[in-house]
Amino acid sequence: MIDNLSPGTINTIEVRNLWFAYKIEEYVLKNVSISIDSRSTAIVGQNGAGKTTFVKLLKALLKPTKGDILIFGQNTKETTTAKLAKIVGLVFQNPADQIFKSKVIDEVMFGPLNVFKDKHKAYESSIQALELVGLSGKQEEHPYDLTLSERKLLCLASVLAMEPKVIILDEPTIAQDRYSTKVIAQIIKQLVNAGKFVITITHDMDFVLENFSRTVVFTDGKIIADGETEKVLSDEKTLRTAHLELPWLIRLSQNIGVSYSKIKELRKH
Amino acid sequence: MDNLKVSTEELSYEYPFSKKKALNNISLSIFSGESVGIIGRNGSGKSTLCFALTGLVPSFFGGKRTGRVLIDGVDVLQMSKEKLVRKVGLVLQNPFSQISGAKTTVFEEVAFGLENLGIERDEMVERIEKVLKRFNLWEKRTQNPFELSGGQLQRLAIASTIALEPEILILDEPTSQLDPQGTTEVFEVLSELKKSGMTIIIVEHKFEKLVEYVDKLIFLHDGSLVGYGKPEEIFSMREIDIYNVGEPVYTTLCKNIDVKNTHGNYPVHFNESVELLKGVFQKDDR
Repeated sequence: MIDNLSPGTINTIEVRNLWFAYKIEEYVLKNVSISIDSRSTAIVGQNGAGKTTFVKLLKALLKPTKGDILIFGQNTKETTTAKLAKIVGLVFQNPADQIFKSKVIDEVMFGPLNVFKDKHKAYESSIQALELVGLSGKQEEHPYDLTLSERKLLCLASVLAMEPKVIILDEPTIAQDRYSTKVIAQIIKQLVNAGKFVITITHDMDFVLENFSRTVVFTDGKIIADGETEKVLSDEKTLRTAHLELPWLIRLSQNIGVSYSKIKELRKH
Repeated sequence: MDNLKVSTEELSYEYPFSKKKALNNISLSIFSGESVGIIGRNGSGKSTLCFALTGLVPSFFGGKRTGRVLIDGVDVLQMSKEKLVRKVGLVLQNPFSQISGAKTTVFEEVAFGLENLGIERDEMVERIEKVLKRFNLWEKRTQNPFELSGGQLQRLAIASTIALEPEILILDEPTSQLDPQGTTEVFEVLSELKKSGMTIIIVEHKFEKLVEYVDKLIFLHDGSLVGYGKPEEIFSMREIDIYNVGEPVYTTLCKNIDVKNTHGNYPVHFNESVELLKGVFQKDDR
């Protein structure tokens, strides 16, 4: 049993020949191998491609049927989800799957209290996390008095308050308006700048294009593309295979006949 | 006008225990066969308006409604539930809230609403097969709805409502959990329904897809109606920027360099944006 799960000298997440099945012989992940580093990484793919299962495995909520996942050198088969909570944080797609306290501050503090075992430290990190997501001043409110968009940010704050090195977001932009999506993009940028590993599942192709360095495409339990975001998201054939579409800004550049960098310049105006 | 389908007259609403108006003095008219989008920030009243148009506000949620909501000239609160269900179908934002939980297969789930309407068995089976095939769920027909992925469940919720063949279809963010091609498929189905004469009202944040499909947009902020008109008029309103609503990504580009179409509006359609921006880049090359 490994007791100390602090990130060691190995600064990558290694996924080696990963297979996973919920039912015997019905594999939803089929021989997935990937090395994840500190680049902001988007995971895209059709509904049912295995994306959420994959991140649950990274968080050790599930254990591989075959193969291994090494989080900074530590094999998820040899540790517990509780111990890994200090290292890997997962923000669920649906806030209702995560929220269970009746006050915002209690909800955010629940994780850090368990991780740090120190009330003062837990409170400090919770306040900081609420500030980062823009929910300062709502600490005494009931989570279900918040809008859905705010509840999603609350779930993010609850994970950030545990100060994990790896932050996984499952569909953070669902049910968010355009302004809230921009807020999430800014938070992701800050986390990446602070040296965090940010891994995000999303269907929003333009959100990926503008906010992630690396994009991994899943289809039918396999990785069919992995690389620099602009390159991956310009490959219409691969995207179609995965039930995805070109981002609007790439479509625009292709239809106008100018490079995407020129379109990006207009975005900055 | 004789083809007025849905209208609200000075509609206001407060949820129970709330002092704030979730809807504030909204008057608008939607004509038969029109497709109308509802846009606005989170918390602007979009879902509440959907509930009000179906009578769930205040019948189900309680609270205080003033003003009127008319369908074919009759207030929804005066209409029998059976008649209302035949006239209006509602697809909720969260498919988990929509699935009955009483049925153990996808096929039976779609049948549930039809059984309640007393549809003949042969017609029922025909309608179920048609909608499940249209939404790529036919192969899942014997599965438990709760074994489906989020995207499949959302398609099931839409299919179950469409099978009822309502005159008016109201959808609250029906594509939020769908992948891009799944989203396109939903809009294709909505286009077919529109051609068949159905009146469609839809809340959607994917503006690029929405504007290609709707005739008009309802723009809400803080429970009030800010604008109601053609998409290019609405997205050219100053309030869109003031309230941070956003717009199609290419409309933002055109706003950034103040490129407008011949009507003096910012373009909201993809092809129009391409043509206008082509002109900008050609000018730059000279």
